[in-house]
Amino acid sequence: MALKFPIFMDAQSTTPVDPRVLDVMLPYFTERFGHPASRNHSFGWEAENAVDRAREQIASLIGARDPKEIIFTSGGTESINLALKGVAEMYREKGNHIVTTAIEQRAGLDVCKRLERQGFEVAYVPVGADGLIDVDLIRRAITDKTILISVMFANNEIGTIQDISSVGKLAKEKGILFHTDATQAVGKVPVNVEAMGVDLLSCTAHLIYGSKGVGALYVRRKAPRVRLAPMIDGGGHERGMRSGTLPVPLIVGFGRASEICREVMPEESARLAKMRDRLQDAILSSVDEAYLNGHPERRLPHNLNISFAYVEGESVLMGLNKESALASGSACTSATLEPSYVIAALGASTELAHSSIRFSLHRFTTGEEVEYVGRRTIEVVQRLREMSPLYELAKEGVDIKSIHWKAE
Amino acid sequence: MAYSDKVIDHYNNPRNVGSFPKETPGVGTGLVGAPECGDVMKLQIKVNLDTGVIEDAKFKTFGCGSAIASSSLATEWLKGKTVDEAAKIKNTDIVNELKLPPVKIHCSVLAEDAIKAALTDYKEKSAARVVGAAS
Repeated sequence: MALKFPIFMDAQSTTPVDPRVLDVMLPYFTERFGHPASRNHSFGWEAENAVDRAREQIASLIGARDPKEIIFTSGGTESINLALKGVAEMYREKGNHIVTTAIEQRAGLDVCKRLERQGFEVAYVPVGADGLIDVDLIRRAITDKTILISVMFANNEIGTIQDISSVGKLAKEKGILFHTDATQAVGKVPVNVEAMGVDLLSCTAHLIYGSKGVGALYVRRKAPRVRLAPMIDGGGHERGMRSGTLPVPLIVGFGRASEICREVMPEESARLAKMRDRLQDAILSSVDEAYLNGHPERRLPHNLNISFAYVEGESVLMGLNKESALASGSACTSATLEPSYVIAALGASTELAHSSIRFSLHRFTTGEEVEYVGRRTIEVVQRLREMSPLYELAKEGVDIKSIHWKAE
Repeated sequence: MAYSDKVIDHYNNPRNVGSFPKETPGVGTGLVGAPECGDVMKLQIKVNLDTGVIEDAKFKTFGCGSAIASSSLATEWLKGKTVDEAAKIKNTDIVNELKLPPVKIHCSVLAEDAIKAALTDYKEKSAARVVGAAS
């Protein structure tokens, strides 16, 4: 089959809506447009039933006991905000301490920074060189004031999957609430809030072939019953935790997307992991000083993150962006001029943090696409190394760290 | 971020990539930036010792597309200029020519620094040669 350009290999930023998902969404824009909180007519009942069905489908995907534990939000960022700020406000009298990790996605870190300005104390547990959190470090970070532990399920850049069950067990033992940002993991790897001892879980539809604009927060109702201070006040929707008219078509799609993920997960994750491994082998076997970021086994099946020494990430993407879409932890791809804090947290040199490229595969990725992107990446990296002064120095045997660089 | 056509052109067809042997008479080398900042430029000039005109220039850059384009453009502009003329190239000239957005202005600053460093290196080596010849 002929390749269609550009090739999308940035599926940890977003995914296309699965046509099967779109099909079930469409009637809810036009004929079935009712407000799910309209209790007195069939339009409302129809919408409410559709939303409740989606709640069941999502609850089933994450192993929640009760569909009522699913609170709809606008997406992962809002879910994380509601979980952290909602717990902080509700349990403030119990304590003002939160334990999280250094590699949470920006929403998690930024909420924590705001809470710190409001008088909370936050411990940011570091990760090992493989991206894994040592649960013992979380244990040691806990104080008698700790009210929440928040650890991401799988990292958005390096795909490393944390030992969520052990964190859940620890949280239970200490009687502390446990939130996990599972936006990258849900629908991709088995997630079970009951078995893993999760009290709050954030996820989003657009990373599992649903629509942008809708997410969910799982809020445990039993053992313990988690209470949250709402961030948005209004009509008291979503058990009073998140007021606002529900986007029914988006929610219906989220439900169907969850159902499909649950059905295809074993086959899909095996297929993506196989293609990912092929891509990884192709690149690592033909490029010297290319380093895999994150844990080689404990990672998402569709994620591959590699640092190419001596070349800068954005320049690699620029060489590929006419034909394929990838992501880089390079500073130059963002407005901040700071390189990936995730790669830096692994203890890699800052230079390697500037050189990371993330490949993320999805349901519709083909073997030909993977083969093409792999081949082109190798070509671009080799071309850029030909014009890299660092590569030249390294080939001359000069230790780059021995040079006295005049940093700006 | 969308790149200007000129940045894309320099990235796809970089002018004057390469290196001169550092010790060749008339060659001045500038190495600026830092790996941890994500940008390193090596810029070299080759000056005709009789005329003082820059006959050739080469670069190698570790950095984003705008950094590559800034240094590529610098080598183009350096060729044919005298050492004194070359010293007058400003980063703002590079910004204007390549239409760099504000977030990429540091790439042009680095290119100007690289030019200055190469010129300084050339002058120091020339002075050392004169001293060496006199003694």
